[in-house]
Amino acid sequence: MTSALAMSQPAISEKVPGLKAQLRRAERLRKLKAIALVAPLAIFLMIAFVIPISNMLWRSVDNSEVMQVMPETARLLTEWDGKDLPSEAVFSLFAQELRDSRTGGGLGRIGRRLNYEDPTFRTLLTQTLRVLPATTETTWSETLQSIHPRWSETETWLALQRAAPATTDRYLLAALDLKRGSDGNIERIEENQRVYQQVFVRTLVIAGGVTLICLLMGFPLAYLLATLPTSQSNILMIFVLLPFWTSLLVRTAAWIVLLQSGGLVNTTLMTLGLIESPLQLVFNRIGVFFAMVHILLPFMILPLYSVMKGISPVYQRAATSLGAHPFAAFWQIYVPQTLSGVAAGTILVFIMAIGYYITPALVGGPSDQMVSYFVAYYTNTTNNWGMAAALGTFLLIATLLLYLVYHKLVNQKQLIRN
Amino acid sequence: MSLQPYSSPIERIWYWTFRGFCALVLLFLMIPVLVIIPLSFSSGSFLTYPLPGFSLHWYKTIFSAGPWLDSLKNSLIVAPLATLLAMAFGTLAAVGLNKADFPGKSFILALLISPMIVPLVIVAVGMYFFFAQIGLLNSYAGLVLAHAVLGVPFVVITVNATLQGFDYNQVRAGASLGAHPLRVFFTIVLPQIIPGVASGGLFAFATSFDEVVVALFIASPTERTLPMQMFSGIRENISPAIAAMATIMIILSVLLLLVMEMLRRRSEKMRINR
Amino acid sequence: MNMKNTLLNTRKTALVTGLAIATASLALSAQAMTVISFGGSSGEAMQKAYYAPFVEKTGKTLTPGDYNGEFARIRAMVETGNVGWDVVEVESPELVRGCFEGLFQPIDWAKLGIEDQLIPEAVTECGVGSFVWSTVLAYDADRLEGTPLSWADFWDIETFPGKRGLRRGAKYTLEFALMADGVSSTDVYDVLATEEGVARAFAKLDEIKEHIQWWEAGAQPPQWLVAGDVVMSSSYNGRIAAAQEEGRNLAITWNESLYDLDYWTIIEGSTQVEDAYEFIRFASQADTQAVYSSNIPYGPVNPAAIGALSEAQAKRMPTHAENLIGAIAVNTDFWVDFGEELEQRFNSWATR
Repeated sequence: MTSALAMSQPAISEKVPGLKAQLRRAERLRKLKAIALVAPLAIFLMIAFVIPISNMLWRSVDNSEVMQVMPETARLLTEWDGKDLPSEAVFSLFAQELRDSRTGGGLGRIGRRLNYEDPTFRTLLTQTLRVLPATTETTWSETLQSIHPRWSETETWLALQRAAPATTDRYLLAALDLKRGSDGNIERIEENQRVYQQVFVRTLVIAGGVTLICLLMGFPLAYLLATLPTSQSNILMIFVLLPFWTSLLVRTAAWIVLLQSGGLVNTTLMTLGLIESPLQLVFNRIGVFFAMVHILLPFMILPLYSVMKGISPVYQRAATSLGAHPFAAFWQIYVPQTLSGVAAGTILVFIMAIGYYITPALVGGPSDQMVSYFVAYYTNTTNNWGMAAALGTFLLIATLLLYLVYHKLVNQKQLIRN
Repeated sequence: MSLQPYSSPIERIWYWTFRGFCALVLLFLMIPVLVIIPLSFSSGSFLTYPLPGFSLHWYKTIFSAGPWLDSLKNSLIVAPLATLLAMAFGTLAAVGLNKADFPGKSFILALLISPMIVPLVIVAVGMYFFFAQIGLLNSYAGLVLAHAVLGVPFVVITVNATLQGFDYNQVRAGASLGAHPLRVFFTIVLPQIIPGVASGGLFAFATSFDEVVVALFIASPTERTLPMQMFSGIRENISPAIAAMATIMIILSVLLLLVMEMLRRRSEKMRINR
Repeated sequence: MNMKNTLLNTRKTALVTGLAIATASLALSAQAMTVISFGGSSGEAMQKAYYAPFVEKTGKTLTPGDYNGEFARIRAMVETGNVGWDVVEVESPELVRGCFEGLFQPIDWAKLGIEDQLIPEAVTECGVGSFVWSTVLAYDADRLEGTPLSWADFWDIETFPGKRGLRRGAKYTLEFALMADGVSSTDVYDVLATEEGVARAFAKLDEIKEHIQWWEAGAQPPQWLVAGDVVMSSSYNGRIAAAQEEGRNLAITWNESLYDLDYWTIIEGSTQVEDAYEFIRFASQADTQAVYSSNIPYGPVNPAAIGALSEAQAKRMPTHAENLIGAIAVNTDFWVDFGEELEQRFNSWATR
């Protein structure tokens, strides 16, 4: 459209001098108008989408809890050399700021942050606070040390010092099962505590498996739909589109009903005498695969179908008439023409699968949960927002990389042409 | 892949295997949708077959005052508003994207589509923190904004696709006859792209009506939407009330599907007529 | 021209209607008090006993909601200043922890004026007791040959084959594991307070890890027992009773069960304090508590309510003398001190 206009430009401007400038101005005006039309949405998404997500990414390095709740203590501790116990000034400021922290949820925030340094720190804080004298006229270093012997250990104060700076890389490292050792070098955490590398691998395995099953099931069906006469394929298409338009939760609930021990699948198999006791089909990996494949299958079938619909049967027929075996003709002539659809469907399904949360949460067991589950878990269940953000950051990076590949391969409109 | 009278036995076997396989895939796609409907008429309170008896009790439950009806109301407040917002922003942007090339256009397009791609949990956590800071957490306004963000890509894509076949000479003709650009838009452009706008809107509506992840993070029980109620129902109290609501939602999906098909036919007809 | 007008009009009307609905609902939501419970059959009983009569009596609006005890959500609300909940039902360790961290408003007992009507355990700094519940061993008597009498039997895969349900969390699960390992019910918390004790509990859990189906919501155990997903499960006693009433042959082993109180709290920063007090007062009356306890067998905290219950109903309460034999009280102090550490550890153990 625009290129056609661009080509016609020189021809006109040669004839009428001055028109070139006018045209350029008109073109610029058109561009401005175009930008003005896109701007509202772009600004809207900036505010309601990009900023929130950037904000979340920031939390993966944010370390401001202690700094905000105990600003003076944090300031003094960063200057402390870490060798002997801190000065009386630190003890006294700490005691005051600890007492103040009880209002407005500050104690919860620093307790949580310090618990990452040492899982008993919150208990230490609460035990200390319970018996902290109300007076200000006391030698705080002695008082605190008499309340709990841990206040006379430098390690306790070192933990506080580590939590004092504004940023940290501990969450990003922890999301990869890494940590900083006492010498400051990055090292792997103890074997029995490693969780996330396994979770990332599990996420990729589940997403990959779901994608592969979708392709194996979707390709033949899309082929059938594309080669049947329109009147028949339109009817069969309802079978694909109705589940597609049906709520994800409805379908997930249906799978639980189908797959549970007293569910339809198990009772049918038992009535047929194929099994003696019910199979465990839900709240484990099998259930996750069933439900996820079901939900994502239409996203594989639709792009495949739209590509296959555009493939002329002539070439395949030509190959067969030239003596090629029908299977060879199919494999060597037809399949290569479908590759753009295969790529579109595969990447689309894979992208959607790696971010899945609801379905595994409802039909999976604890060892079937993917990265998204842990992002939600850390946000809602333990308030470890740094960890949630760090895991989310890696998930987002993986998704955006795949999207980039997808963007290069497929035109957007193919996404939901149907 | 059609069966000819002269086909070899292998071809016949292959043909029927292929057909059989496709039938199984279709069955797999439909069975969960079909299996949940009879359960909604169960007289017992557990979602198991065989049904203890027939009853409309659960429909009465969801349509009498209570959490189900409240959540349905909430969804019917949030989804249309989010859809309107998405349609307005999305249509304008799609028209702009088609009007001219400008620097960074493909980046902008990628940005506009990205809410569809970014994992919902990330969107949810991001909005949860951000909305908490600006006081939009636990509010209808926050939920509407969030769902509009999620619905916008669908409108952009469908309107964009419709505009690909649009002949801009009509706009020029209108303009040269002295019509105001707005008038040109409403009398010439909009009627032709309305199927695209409407189907984008349907997608946006369906997205909002089915969205649970973001809602779980940013809504309080006051704004509890239908999917949130379904979610806690599935996790908490797997009663046939869920099946009853699911049946209603399946009927809604059938309606959506029909409208979508109508729109598709209409836009195809337009393309052919031109 | 007509088309244009219609379109513009439709748009305008839609917009205006939309805005009107939005404003109206915003205005409405400002008035409603939100009461959060653990939901399920307990929530239904509360609906009958407390919510509906409260609305009817006072004419105020009340939005019920449920959660699974995610303490973190309350924390996040108070810390970010977005308090969407007003009255919340919490378990005792969370009550103590939240009270200390300033997440709950201290209860003004003089203002509430019901202190003398309740059992002493129900009167605390930040919470008003709501009911007494118990976590028991529940099983499907039709499917099981024999009767599991203890958690050791629960762990006995050979005698009682089949899947088991346990709560996905450290609380209760670790206690049960230790009792199954032969620790007497009186020593459980002493053993669990040591590193060896914790390791012993996890080792015991390892033994049957592949046979466990983890539940999160209280409604899941009866659902699974009925559907045949599990043959026995830890469960809140009230949920089992609901299924028994439907004619399912689910049975309860009271031996080695754990009982505790749940409490009503008012979230710090709630704007509905007056209504909240009124609601809590209303929900602590003998007559409303009797309605609650006759709908679900959790013990009332207002002793006057017991008289209103039938003999059969009283027998199903965790507080009934026969049911208390071999049962222990949840050690709140233990879970206040070690709860979060053990929950973290449990979670990374379970996901592996």
